[in-house]
Formats: sequence, C-alpha cells, structure tokens
Amino acid sequence: MKVLVPVKRVVDFNVKVRVKPDGSGVDTANVKMSMNPFDEIAVEEAVRLKEKGVATEIIAVSCGLAACQETLRTALAIGADRAILVESEAELQPLAVAKLLKAIATKESPQLVIMGKQAIDDDANQTGQMLAALLDWPQATFASKVDIAEGKATVKREIDGGLETLSVPLPAVVTTDLRLNEPRYATLPNIMKAKKKPLDVVKPDALGVDVTPRLSTLKVVEPPKRKGGGKVADAKELVAKLRNEAKVIS
Amino acid sequence: MTTLVVAEHDNAAIKPATLNTVAAAQKIGGDIHVLVAGHNAQAAAAAAARIEGVSKVLHAEDPRFAAPTAESIAALVVPLAPGYSHILLPATGFGKNASPRIAALLDVAQISDIIAVDSQDTFVRPIYAGNALATVQSKDAQKVITVRTTGFDPAAVEGGSATIEKLSVPAAADRVQVLGQELTKSERPELTSARIVISGGRGLQNGANFKMLEALADKLHAAIGASRAAVDAGYVPNDYQVGQTGKIVAPDLYIAIGISGAIQHLAGMKDSKVIVAINKDPEAPIFQIADYGLVGDLFEIVPQLTAELG
Repeated sequence: MKVLVPVKRVVDFNVKVRVKPDGSGVDTANVKMSMNPFDEIAVEEAVRLKEKGVATEIIAVSCGLAACQETLRTALAIGADRAILVESEAELQPLAVAKLLKAIATKESPQLVIMGKQAIDDDANQTGQMLAALLDWPQATFASKVDIAEGKATVKREIDGGLETLSVPLPAVVTTDLRLNEPRYATLPNIMKAKKKPLDVVKPDALGVDVTPRLSTLKVVEPPKRKGGGKVADAKELVAKLRNEAKVIS
Repeated sequence: MTTLVVAEHDNAAIKPATLNTVAAAQKIGGDIHVLVAGHNAQAAAAAAARIEGVSKVLHAEDPRFAAPTAESIAALVVPLAPGYSHILLPATGFGKNASPRIAALLDVAQISDIIAVDSQDTFVRPIYAGNALATVQSKDAQKVITVRTTGFDPAAVEGGSATIEKLSVPAAADRVQVLGQELTKSERPELTSARIVISGGRGLQNGANFKMLEALADKLHAAIGASRAAVDAGYVPNDYQVGQTGKIVAPDLYIAIGISGAIQHLAGMKDSKVIVAINKDPEAPIFQIADYGLVGDLFEIVPQLTAELG
C-alpha cells in the first residue's frame, strides 16, 4: 500500500512571530523554519505503518518555495522513501494546495493520504478535508489512533466531547491530531541517507492546476495587547479582588 | 442575500456555538436560515426557529444524522448552496470537519475561524496562534466560513418565529461508518460556553491531582480545562485541551493553575475577561497577561482558595 504524506514548511512553533510594520503580513525573513508539527506526526504514522508491513512505500509531498526541499529531506530522514516538491513562488492557499495534492494523488494512486490537521502558520484546518472532497474519498479528521486492515481504516478521532470511531474504506484521507504518536528524531545516519533519496520537482502548470488565490489579505495587525502583570499576595486577597473589584464571582 | 447557518445541536437542543454563529450571520446582514440535520431533532429545530433573527429553519431528519459525518453534511448542504450567499458553521470540531469539504465541493475558499465581520466579503481572522490578525477579502461568489464562537456574543435564544421547512434527505449509501462515540461524562458546564474555566497544567504533576481542581470547580460552577502539556503528559483527555490546537475559550473568569503560558496555550484563552494565574515560577509568561497573579505552591493555594470560597 502506497501512502502519500503532504508536509508544510512553517515558522517553527517556538518562534514568536512579528507583524510587519506596513501591515502586509508577518515577518518570516531570518526566522527558523520547520516542518509543521502535525505533519511530522503524519510522517511518523506512515513510517510506523511501513514498519508494521502495512505500507509499502511512503511518498512525501510539499507545495511551495524551493526551500521546502529541506522539509522534504526531513520527511525522508524520518523514513519516507521519496519526495515530490510542487514548486511555486505564488501564495498557495488551502484550496490550491488541495488541488495540487489531488493531481499528485491521481498520478500516484496511494491508498492513504495522511497529513496534519492544521498548519500552525495560517491555522486554517482545511486542506485534508478539501483534498478528500476533491478526490471524492472519505475523510477521517483529527485522528488519535489509526488501524488499517482489509481495505479499511478504523480511526479514533478527537471530537469536542470526547472520541469518535469511524470505519472508512480506502482510499481515504486521514488528518492527524496531537495524541496519534510522538514523532521520532531523525538520526544522523538517516539524515545522511535521506540526501540520496529521490526528490522530484514539478510545477503547478505541469499538473494543470490554477493556484490563483481566492482570498486577498488586506492587512495584518497585532492583536490588542492585554494589560496583565497584576499580583495578589494570597488566596484571601484573590477572592476579595474577584468579588469586589472584578466582580466575576459572588 | 441570505446566509445559511449549519446548526450544531444534540437533537434536543441547539448548542451554544450555533448562537454565536447566528450572531456572525446577523453582522453580515440579510436573511438567515438555519439548517438542523438530525435524528428525532424536532425539539432542536423548534429551538432554532425561536432564535432571534432567524427567518427559516430547514429541518433534515434522518437516522444517519444521529452522528453526522462530514460526508453526510456536505451532501445535504452542497445542493442547497445556490440559494445562499454565505454558508456559516461554528469553528468547533463539527464545523471544522465538515465546512472545508463543503467549500471544496463548491470550488470556493473557506475563511476559517472569523472573529469579526468587516463587510459582506471581508472578515478578520487570527493567524499564527492569534499573534496576528488578518483581514481577508473573499472574491468567491459564495463565502463558506467557520465562526470562532468567542468572537461573537450569542444571538438571543428567544425572539424569532421562523417557519420550519422539512427537507428531503438525498438517499445515499454512506461509505463512512460511525462505529461509536466515547463522550466524556460530566455534570460540569461545557468548556467552550462556561462562564468560569479552571485549567490545570504540567504543574499539577499527575492526573490524580486534577481532582483537586474539581472541588474548586464545584464551588464556582466552573468547567475544567488543561494545557497541551497536561494532555500530552496524559493527565487528562484531549477534549480538555485549551489552546491553538484545542478549544478556544473566552469566559468571564479563567483560572490558570500550574500553567506556564506557552504561546499555544495563550492562543486559546487570552480573550477571557479576567485571568488569574497561580504558579510557583514568578517568571512564568502567564503572569504577563494575568489580571491577578499569585506566585506560590498550587498545592497549598488551591485548597486555601477552595476554602475561602466557603
């Protein structure tokens, strides 16, 4: 079974981003970039499926700048077999990425696409669901456990009140939540090996996909600052303040 | 111009998130219709018809909507879409799952997690864990939107008298089978709609210590939440998680106990009206946004606080 794992290059989760003074966006120059953490979980899950003998080949795919090759190399170092970069200088919004991934999936015919539920930069939480819709495949989002057997995926997924278990026939799209697994660190020998693994580059045009953005960003601003820093001495003073000053308890 | 709000409900009642979503629809303007897809959901449909500002309720009745899937909701909504300028879902687990599927089938962008409506085509949404707010304009004919519930005060539950129209449900063989749900049983208010939320973090050291928060929560009729660190460490289930990738809350009072205040956690609670932080580390970033910080050992302070509340 082939598994396709889309991965996104994002500002590292430890970086506190700054809004550009001209309000055009967020400053991403000279900041540390990493693989989106949820995608890392997806790569790890695919590798575990391969280790269990369920998956036979793992293809990592990324859409974006040439620099996404680094992200793909990370996926290869964790254990993906080969990689595809859909290279574009354009701003790629979730619908466009879903269309690019659809084109790749149609070419590669994977039985499973597994990817992060959301990227931590635009926080959109859309691409997996959109890809499933475009392929007319079932979706199992926010997965915390995935079992594959007899052409079906049994997926435990995080819902607002607890957990839900779905059975979806393959091929299907699964998006990962935090508790699915803890990704391994790529070892140095594997990082070296990853450099030799195949990485193909294609352009959106070659896939016949129009990536023109549908949303235009008019401005980006910093959220209003919260004035914090107040202190109280003990529980007694806290209760008094909450009652008499903030008036949030009776 | 008409907006369709896809309601989240439990068949008996409308979930509070639906009220926030209707409120966003009111800001957009025009007529508001609410879709209630459920199983034995007459009561929920009737409740939807009473929401202020709603002019029509579409009630789709089918056993498969007892546990709706993204597929079944999308199959219902997509054929209705030509009649609507805007399609809104709450940015909850339900809405986030179904909405992008609807948008992609309509070949339109989705605008996720809006917190404000600037105009009929322009909306404000947080990005980068809420560290930036983007104003985005949609060029698509239809706008498919998820609404961050904390961005909009709920619409009034009474005041409307909408007509209820039965909707025929397209017959379809469901490929996706819902095998079951394990819901966290709790007498407490729901995390996302509670007036007071008490959250615990890594400082609680283990799951058993979360019990300590329960006594305090009982006194305050509060919901209990947790930081991602506490969830990752296995102290509590994931549905407790408040933060960028968990639930977004904005209660009147948020009490963070043993939580250092990582960016990802702040993203989920920094719009709370009053924030209290209890932490032994005076340098913890949570204190920078707390209205009332109390530096000390939570294992001493929490029982004292519970006692103080009588």
